[in-house]
Amino acid sequence: MPTSTVNNYATSAMRLSTDRVRELVRGTILERIGDTPLVPLRRFGAGLRGELWAKVEAANPGGSVKDRAALWMVLAAEEAGTLPDPFRAMLDATSGNTGVALAMVGAVRGHAVTLCLPDRVSIERKRVAMAFGARVVLTDPLEGTDGAIREAQRLATTQPDRFVYLDQYSNAANAAAHARTTAPEVWTQTRGELTHFVAGVGTGGTIVGSSRFLRRKGVRIVAVQPDQAFHGLDGLKHMASAIRPPIWDESAADEHATVSTDEAHGLIRRLAREEGLLVGPSSGAALAVGLRIAAREESMVVVLLPDGGERYLSTPLWE
Amino acid sequence: MAVLVRLPGSLRDTVGGSGKIQARGETLGDVIADVDARYPGFAARVLDERGGLRTYVSVFIGDKDARDIGGTAARIPAGSEIMLVPAMAGGWAV
Repeated sequence: MPTSTVNNYATSAMRLSTDRVRELVRGTILERIGDTPLVPLRRFGAGLRGELWAKVEAANPGGSVKDRAALWMVLAAEEAGTLPDPFRAMLDATSGNTGVALAMVGAVRGHAVTLCLPDRVSIERKRVAMAFGARVVLTDPLEGTDGAIREAQRLATTQPDRFVYLDQYSNAANAAAHARTTAPEVWTQTRGELTHFVAGVGTGGTIVGSSRFLRRKGVRIVAVQPDQAFHGLDGLKHMASAIRPPIWDESAADEHATVSTDEAHGLIRRLAREEGLLVGPSSGAALAVGLRIAAREESMVVVLLPDGGERYLSTPLWE
Repeated sequence: MAVLVRLPGSLRDTVGGSGKIQARGETLGDVIADVDARYPGFAARVLDERGGLRTYVSVFIGDKDARDIGGTAARIPAGSEIMLVPAMAGGWAV
């Protein structure tokens, strides 16, 4: 089974530089991926020993942090010579945000896109991906994202003449995007003063990639997961019960924390009212852990907020 | 009346590992209570402290979203199949 494309794209991912990426996307909307705002949460973090800052990834043109990984995975495949391919579509499994990002990047770069999504995902992301021209294969909702992964693996194996399987869970370019963009951005934006970087774990790309750059600067890396297998923290994985992404490496984080769905949902409602930031559920999980750190010690904590809340308006979350 | 309840992998540990269980009840609340009577702790995973469906739980009675037809008070038609899934899609395994 094609469980890993690390070897396929690792070399081109490692060679890909931020300058080369800028050159390749100049004059397109993809030029606006990254350089997202870092916002101090002054009311939200009032009275804490440390400062709390939010990296607002909803400001990416595709609306989420996944724009970064999608762009780097596609460009790495282009640099490797795998794309463009007039006979094969880019293929991946996703719970939604990566699908939107790949669909957007594919539209700009001229690549067809096929996405495996669990049925019953928030309808907004499915429709946005389709609006960008992606073809969607719905998988059994009872099997979740892992069911979508298995279907993408099946399609890639049985129809290699039709698909280029990007496999965000195994693709080295996913982590490289964060090592070369997200992490240097927060380092520069805080003038090198951040002490902790907090992010959720879905593919593991954000933590593993950011750790590569920030750890050597002395920043502590904090990874966040749902506290149980059945959760509502979209995009995050409860690693103990899920298919383990090959790019995920626990040792990339200095601390591992868990958060309940109820706590995370409560915090994103509060964040909207107190800071004017409408974000998705996984942001609430990272915020919960950021608050714990800022409460316990003098620090400058940067919390990565992966996406915006608009994509969840059709769900019961905001009722 | 008897119904078939289908569960995602992430909830199967609460019912002994099965993805499909039989239950009885006139309403969705009755069905959940019936499962909870045999597998204590099940209701707490899907209902909040006020007895409503948790914000991140979706229940489909046939093709209908239970929230659109009364939530836990939704009537269960004869021969229905009930499916519980997270309201949003995160990662979970079988």
